[in-house]
Amino acid sequence: MKILILTGRTIDQGCRKEISKASREYVEAVAICEMNGEDMKRLGIKDGDNVKVTTRFGSVVLIAKRSKRMRSPGIAFIPYGLWANQVMGSETDGTGMPLLKGVPAEIEPTEGHVSTTEDLVKSVMHG
Amino acid sequence: MKRIVSKVVCPVCGCCCDDIELVIEDGVIVEARNACAMGAAKFENYNLHRNVNAYIRKNGRLVKASVDEAIRRSAEILADASYPILYGWSSTSCEAIKVGLELADEIGGVIDNTSTVCHGPSILAMQDVGLVGATLGQFRHRADLIIYWGSNPWSSHPRHMERYTALSEGRFQRSIWRRIIVRVKAESLRKSLMRVASLLLHRRTSMMLSEAEKSLEGLPSDERRLIVVDVRRTRTADLADYFIQVKPGGDYEVLQALRAIIRDEELDVNEVSGVPVEVLEKVADEMINCRLGVLFFGLGLTMSRGKLRNVEAAIKMVQDLNERTKFLILPMRGHFNVTGANTVFTWQTGYPYAVDFSHGYPRYNPGETSAIDILRRGDADAALIVASDPVSNFPREAVRNLADIPLIVIDPHLSPTAMIADVVIPSAFAGIEADGTVYRMDHVPLPLKKVVDPPAGCLSDEEILRRILSEIRRLRKGAD
Repeated sequence: MKILILTGRTIDQGCRKEISKASREYVEAVAICEMNGEDMKRLGIKDGDNVKVTTRFGSVVLIAKRSKRMRSPGIAFIPYGLWANQVMGSETDGTGMPLLKGVPAEIEPTEGHVSTTEDLVKSVMHG
Repeated sequence: MKRIVSKVVCPVCGCCCDDIELVIEDGVIVEARNACAMGAAKFENYNLHRNVNAYIRKNGRLVKASVDEAIRRSAEILADASYPILYGWSSTSCEAIKVGLELADEIGGVIDNTSTVCHGPSILAMQDVGLVGATLGQFRHRADLIIYWGSNPWSSHPRHMERYTALSEGRFQRSIWRRIIVRVKAESLRKSLMRVASLLLHRRTSMMLSEAEKSLEGLPSDERRLIVVDVRRTRTADLADYFIQVKPGGDYEVLQALRAIIRDEELDVNEVSGVPVEVLEKVADEMINCRLGVLFFGLGLTMSRGKLRNVEAAIKMVQDLNERTKFLILPMRGHFNVTGANTVFTWQTGYPYAVDFSHGYPRYNPGETSAIDILRRGDADAALIVASDPVSNFPREAVRNLADIPLIVIDPHLSPTAMIADVVIPSAFAGIEADGTVYRMDHVPLPLKKVVDPPAGCLSDEEILRRILSEIRRLRKGAD
């Protein structure tokens, strides 16, 4: 299903990054995808199921969270962090700033697992 | 021994709250009073997962080293590099930033701060069209209309509303606390009635939240109004008198439509980016009729389609409004000293970020000399990261290139960036274990306090950078 990805700050992300980015609590706050209830129904998933988000820059597995903040279907929110950045591009259109809100993506249910901080760091190091 | 240190400046977000009280027992902070959730998380946990060791990568593994060895190795890497990038700077003191700039000049590198991926586009817009700003105290006491556009202070600057805007008791403006409490109670009663009704009628009754878009008319004149414009209904939007939900990427159109309405021009459409024109007319009316309005904008404008042009449209709208009333605009700066980084960069080089010394003089061309672009092109041949974690904050493609070059990290945490580094130097936490100066988001300078001693071997960023710089000069003198 096609969707627009927004990234941003959440209070949990803001607090837990101050403690440790290797902690389970940080991963739980950041490796999530907040979605509109109608979109989740259309995908046939429920709160806490895993979803795979794919853009032309990469893909990442996240935990779907139903959110009343996402009032319009077709939009999903991923907190700032390593996971969101797996699917963001680095083209800045001459401004120095990549597009980090409103990125077109595909979203689908998956059996795949959510990567840990260590997994993602290793994948950065070894390509 | 227990002691209390008061009037501590919080080293987390751009609010730099300066009323923090810390309870310290046996050299450890055990309680942070007055702090928000993020401030308390930092003050009360900073020492739990910190790094106290220096490391140098040998045969693919980080191996413990002495701080002196790590500083020597860092100096060798930077002295050998032809186009090094020095990045971070927004979570350290102005004093450390000043040394960082001297270092960049010495080695002919590029120095960039985190505003490149937050309010960099805002700076570009301000350089084009200026900015009608003021300090936060003015808003606290006088602003009767507060607008947050593409900003969710409830999550990113938790005390901003309490200290400076809608939830603060100003000298001339009352807080909107009472109104929010009444609204929350009414909403809770309405939900209960709906639940009872749906049970009695055995069918699902619409449980949609009532819109906060209630009439603004009839509010006491000394109470502020709060308008929130965003692409999602954030918790800040829940507190608003008026919430406008814009389609993602539609801010520019909405801002320009508002400008047209403010200039008494007719719009020949019914809605703009998902917002009905009559709603825009009502908001424009509110803006024109306020005594002192302020628009705080966040990354919703800078990170979405349009980037600097969105900010430019917002600033121009405020300029238009100043033909009719008094209106001000301010970016919601993120890191506690990102404003200081821009300020010190500008003192020293003339430019606020993305400064390139490779020609022997400072050059500034965001899009070319900015961190993401340099890393995307793979131009840098070494990197020094100070008090920042680009591996967690940059798109993967840019991060990938950081992993391919010699990387030095100065940070109190063993962050994901430190995990891929070639040299790691542990530093003292600025604002907890090291003092210095920071600039609040409204450019007010405040002093950071050193409230506890850092662990042995953890020097301040300023001291580490001074030592690297003097080692580079020593190496170069030897080479001559």
